[in-house]
Amino acid sequence: MDLTYSEPHRALQAEIRELARTHGHLSPKQGGGRRRPDARTLAWQRLLVERGYVGRTIPREYGGHGAQPDVLEAAIIADELARAGLYPGIMSQGISMLVPTLLEVGSEEQRRRWIGPTLRGEIIWCQGYSEPGAGSDLASIRTRAVVDDGHFVVNGQKIWTSSAHYADMMFLLCRTEPDRPKHAGLSYLLVSMSTPGIEVRPLVTMTGRAEFNEVFFTDVRVPVDQIVLGRGDGWHVANLTLKHERLMLGDPSKLVHRVERIAELMARAGVDGERSIDRPELRDRLLRLQAEVLASRCHHLRLLTQRARGEDPGLAQTIVKYFGTTLGHRLSALAVDVLGAGGLAYEPRGEAAEDDEATTWQIDYMYDVGLMIGGGTSQIQKNIIAERGLGLPREPRAAPGRS
Amino acid sequence: MEFGLSDTQRLFERALRNVLAGHVPLDALHRLPASGADLDAKLWAALTELGLPGVLVPETFGGAGLGTFEAGLAAEALGSFAAPAPFVGAAVMAPLAILRAGREAAQAAWLPRIAAGTARVAVALAGLDAAAGSTSVQRHGERLSGRLDQPIDLAGATHVLTALADGTIALVALDAPGVRVTLRASLDRTRPLGEVALAEAPAEILTAGDDGRRVAAAMLAAGRAMLAADTLGAAQTMLDRAVAHAQQREQFGRPIGSFQAVKHLCADMATMLEPARALVWHAAHAQDGRDDARLLACHAKAHLGEVGREVARMATEVHGGMGFTHELGLHYWFKRIGSNRQLLGGPEQCRREAAALQGWGTT
Repeated sequence: MDLTYSEPHRALQAEIRELARTHGHLSPKQGGGRRRPDARTLAWQRLLVERGYVGRTIPREYGGHGAQPDVLEAAIIADELARAGLYPGIMSQGISMLVPTLLEVGSEEQRRRWIGPTLRGEIIWCQGYSEPGAGSDLASIRTRAVVDDGHFVVNGQKIWTSSAHYADMMFLLCRTEPDRPKHAGLSYLLVSMSTPGIEVRPLVTMTGRAEFNEVFFTDVRVPVDQIVLGRGDGWHVANLTLKHERLMLGDPSKLVHRVERIAELMARAGVDGERSIDRPELRDRLLRLQAEVLASRCHHLRLLTQRARGEDPGLAQTIVKYFGTTLGHRLSALAVDVLGAGGLAYEPRGEAAEDDEATTWQIDYMYDVGLMIGGGTSQIQKNIIAERGLGLPREPRAAPGRS
Repeated sequence: MEFGLSDTQRLFERALRNVLAGHVPLDALHRLPASGADLDAKLWAALTELGLPGVLVPETFGGAGLGTFEAGLAAEALGSFAAPAPFVGAAVMAPLAILRAGREAAQAAWLPRIAAGTARVAVALAGLDAAAGSTSVQRHGERLSGRLDQPIDLAGATHVLTALADGTIALVALDAPGVRVTLRASLDRTRPLGEVALAEAPAEILTAGDDGRRVAAAMLAAGRAMLAADTLGAAQTMLDRAVAHAQQREQFGRPIGSFQAVKHLCADMATMLEPARALVWHAAHAQDGRDDARLLACHAKAHLGEVGREVARMATEVHGGMGFTHELGLHYWFKRIGSNRQLLGGPEQCRREAAALQGWGTT
């Protein structure tokens, strides 16, 4: 246990503070993650990549910074950018999920082609996993691809595809080996969204916004070399990606920022002239949540240490998504309660939504429930924690081999 | 920067757990008397040989010279076994107060005896806001009068260290004239309770005034971090036993751990405990003089109080009817977690102090 900053760590801290002074005015606003990045965001993202604040440990030949993994560096970068109110970089499925997956199992050609532009925000990805008939039982997907003249020909339907309406590419899980057992019959393809035969329809959610889409495939032709690993390896690759998604969804830096925002809101707002921070029952809730967010942050540092040491985090890693998304929802629930009846005015559509405090909290309060469901529901997470983390026996399965 | 145990820390923890496994079988807990257990001399001798009483005592005074993080690991291990041994008061709060009070003569006099296990100092925070109990103690020069409620580690203690509202930190020998010790039955038999009545009892004054208040605050924070660590260890034992039971116990022709209803209880316990472990580590580490020591101690104490309560209930539920019996002994950990929650300020009190430390709110 050593929580001290070394000389290089202090230098990194100073370097980011200097960047905030000299370039801070170029940072885009926070939020806005539901649109294609604009020119300002792309320019800022390029700056972060050049400085090594995004893609820090990714090898230089793939467009990263080539630094050794370091427990504290990532935390310092996140803290310092947050402290200065600077945009921390694009949070996308391409950067958080596909890039680490390609680093683990992508071919050399795929890494060189996709990682750099994805990091810089030039290529936006969406995830083609869930289907109307395949949610928690993901391996039962039916979207199929058959090989014809050097191409996979894809037919089927995906749902819950965020950013599909502006994405350039999709990482797609589909069935290529229908005669094999269900988990062994899948492949993981990289598909251009401009291929003929792809139709994207917006899916309006309970927030009143179209955060997701349905994607329909009719005879969509994908070159056969656009597969990650081989035919039948799709389940393995998809699970690598899901692991990264779950870690992203449980990222504590967002939660730390939320506690600060709620404390600020409670010190400013209230009813009948009494600030919420002065009301013991609301303040006690804030303090309870602050302790849990602190625990989540410490847990994150512990996981980073385990990863840097090459240890298997086991149980500690399996809880991240369930813990983080549940805690996130309890935080937005407190914000909604602090706003009270005054927070019920709701204008979720258009640019103004991002600026309206009550609307953004109400959106979060609902969207957080979606996060508890997406990427493997809380109930699926609990099965994983209990079976893979604690070693409890699996639920007896229905007859194997049926999809 | 490393957020985890070093190899040396792991060895220290393993050695301690080995000793505890040998000395604190379930039978030993069943044999504890309802009121006022004496010191378990064999266990204490084994722990002393490991250097536990002097974990924080510098090597120049015959101690192990380790930090509050290692002390936290020790507290966690003691909680894992519900070990009936002095520690939070005798090996952490008291030596920490003597060290921070800074009087060299007192350090030279007391620290070697603490490290040797011969001076066992109970701790009573009679005059502090957060102290359990409502009694106050009056000081007349170097004599104290009044009553100290529920000192920590009173069983087998030779002395009591107390902090008064005026900042006085004083050490009283329990065999001195004017001192009467009464042990009482306690919910948690592994931690006997009692009181110390003082009538013009002679006291050694370690420090006073603002300096004493700073020492008392640091001592209180360290004690809270240790109780949080003890709860972590106790709750982990309850989860481990629940998982083991769920793997082995069969109903409806299959292990109950294969039912999601049971599996999810276990997953919920693990999901609470894993991040709580990291928080406890951070809070214990911070007690070595970091700026945020008090805030982290408040948060760790409050949070482990809440998590401990949930885990204690859920782990007992997983055991079904057996969990409710005296014989199985799961209740020793249930009660240990329960007493940890109340000692040195419950969760609400700790959160109120955490708010004040951050300037949040006025009521």
